[in-house]
Amino acid sequence: VSLEPFVFLGCVDLRELLPYEARDVRELLDQLGRVPAESLFCHTAAALLHRPVLPAAYPNDFAVWTGNEMRDQRLAERLAAIDPFASDSMEHVREELVAVISDHLQHFPSPVPAGPAEPFRFFQAHLIPVPTGHQARTLREFRDALAEIDVSALFYHLIEARYRLGRRRGDFAEWVASALGRPDVTERLARIDPYVGSLERMRDRHLTVLTAALDEQTP
Amino acid sequence: MTPLVSWAKLDDYRDVAPRGAVDFLLRIGERLRGRRLVHVSASRYGRVMVELVNRLVPILNDLGIDTTWEITIGSADFEGIMRTVSRGLMGTEQVVTDAMLERLRAVSAENAARLRLDGDLVMVHDTAPLMLVESRSQTARWVWRYHDDLSSPQPQLWNALRPFAQRYDAVVFSLPRFAAPLSIPRFIVYASVDPLSERNREMPRAEQAAHLDRLRVPRDKPFLLQVGPFDRAHDPLGVINAYRLVKKHHDVRLVLAGPPPGVGGDVLAEVQEAASHDPDVCVVSLPPDPPAEMNALERAAVIVIHKPLVTGFGIDVAAAMWKGKPVIGSVAGGIPVQIVPGVTGYTVETVEGAAFRTRQLLGNPELIGRMGAAGREHIRRNFLITRHLGDYLALLALLTR
Repeated sequence: VSLEPFVFLGCVDLRELLPYEARDVRELLDQLGRVPAESLFCHTAAALLHRPVLPAAYPNDFAVWTGNEMRDQRLAERLAAIDPFASDSMEHVREELVAVISDHLQHFPSPVPAGPAEPFRFFQAHLIPVPTGHQARTLREFRDALAEIDVSALFYHLIEARYRLGRRRGDFAEWVASALGRPDVTERLARIDPYVGSLERMRDRHLTVLTAALDEQTP
Repeated sequence: MTPLVSWAKLDDYRDVAPRGAVDFLLRIGERLRGRRLVHVSASRYGRVMVELVNRLVPILNDLGIDTTWEITIGSADFEGIMRTVSRGLMGTEQVVTDAMLERLRAVSAENAARLRLDGDLVMVHDTAPLMLVESRSQTARWVWRYHDDLSSPQPQLWNALRPFAQRYDAVVFSLPRFAAPLSIPRFIVYASVDPLSERNREMPRAEQAAHLDRLRVPRDKPFLLQVGPFDRAHDPLGVINAYRLVKKHHDVRLVLAGPPPGVGGDVLAEVQEAASHDPDVCVVSLPPDPPAEMNALERAAVIVIHKPLVTGFGIDVAAAMWKGKPVIGSVAGGIPVQIVPGVTGYTVETVEGAAFRTRQLLGNPELIGRMGAAGREHIRRNFLITRHLGDYLALLALLTR
């Protein structure tokens, strides 16, 4: 039992259209150097917030646009491989995006022919955290609350927290380690890949780990 | 004049909204309790937007957010000018004189003096009330909610109206591709469907059958469906041609359902002529208030096609997906943001593409079920009124901190 309860926060988000857009890969490269880091967050890690139930072909908006609109599968695949969850900084993600596109343009300077394409429009997400009303002091309460909360709470604690707090694991693993002193469960939670496809799948993976941990501690 | 609104409570949506969403919206409502939101529009009837506001107002009040809905009024000449201006903003060349714009301004001033616009947030819907912003107080925040395509307005007209838009604190568009360049913040809020409305509520098979019988749609074969006006923009002839390619391989019907023809530009006669050669093409003229009939048709169809050449958000796509149907749609308007290609249906650019994807689905019935189920979940998460409510609450929270 923890003295400090875990308070589940969800978030509402509002997408703001920024005055930056790109009509081809070169313009995308130029704009990536200009847009705020919050926009990169919106198009990479935060893409999970609105992803369909089944995983889309590519995990970030840059790869999706390059594949669908520019019809450049090679670049789309390389952009899809950039893992925002492996980094605690969007500036690092920006460097990776710029490096991949620059390298691609060196080898394939002529744009792949494509028909009329939708431009890439840059967004910024305004996130407003709100308590969900759920809190937990034990592993069981934690598991039960996790099964009930709005899916935005998973985004807030597992994805947004990494960048807000500049650390490599989300709030769930952090609390289980510091408040419950369960390094075994912490390690299993921290190992869950955010690339499983959707927040609901991430919820399922977390519930599986937590239920297994509860079964192990039941005599 | 504040219209009567429908009675709805957020709790009613527990069974259809995503897990935890209703409780979370109640929490957000607690945080915003006591704030005052004013919707302003030119009508209480007709448009999808009006139906949405009609449903949201009681829910917002139920959440403790003091929400009212004000309606602007104007004489017949004002209505005529507004229609012209609205077409011009959507990019159709119109003649709009200075005198017409002055008339709009005068009517706006009259409405501003009459309406109660003292909210923490005033949300002005579409073109008719746009100029009310001239009378705004400095304490309230004002948002212009434009539901149509403002990406290529008639330049002279937009030059005259842009200064009014710029006086708002923000503008909300339904799609990024519909947004006009403005120096105020531009937010994107997608359209949504109300799963409890007459158009989308659950409907027993017997009731579906009764509607189909009344519309004279035979129930002996699976049918493909397109719902939409019989005009060139909705390409019913293209859908018939796609069906003909499919028909060579699958014994299906095609149902084309739309409102009675309007003035000019409709192709109903051509559609009927094309249908007269094939008893398996049903052309259905929908009654004036057809949500229940559309509900029945969408539920009974095996695949829904939505292939306009030009459209607005195209929320009919989400309505069909909510009923568990795979949708084959064009790439116009908001259709591409609703369909996840290969997951909930397909987007196509040609008649042949529509035919190929339809054949692909009919040849793989398990795909129809899988895509339909994925589509319903996609809509549950991203295009239900509960998500729309969350967006508006976020707007209220963000702008009235």
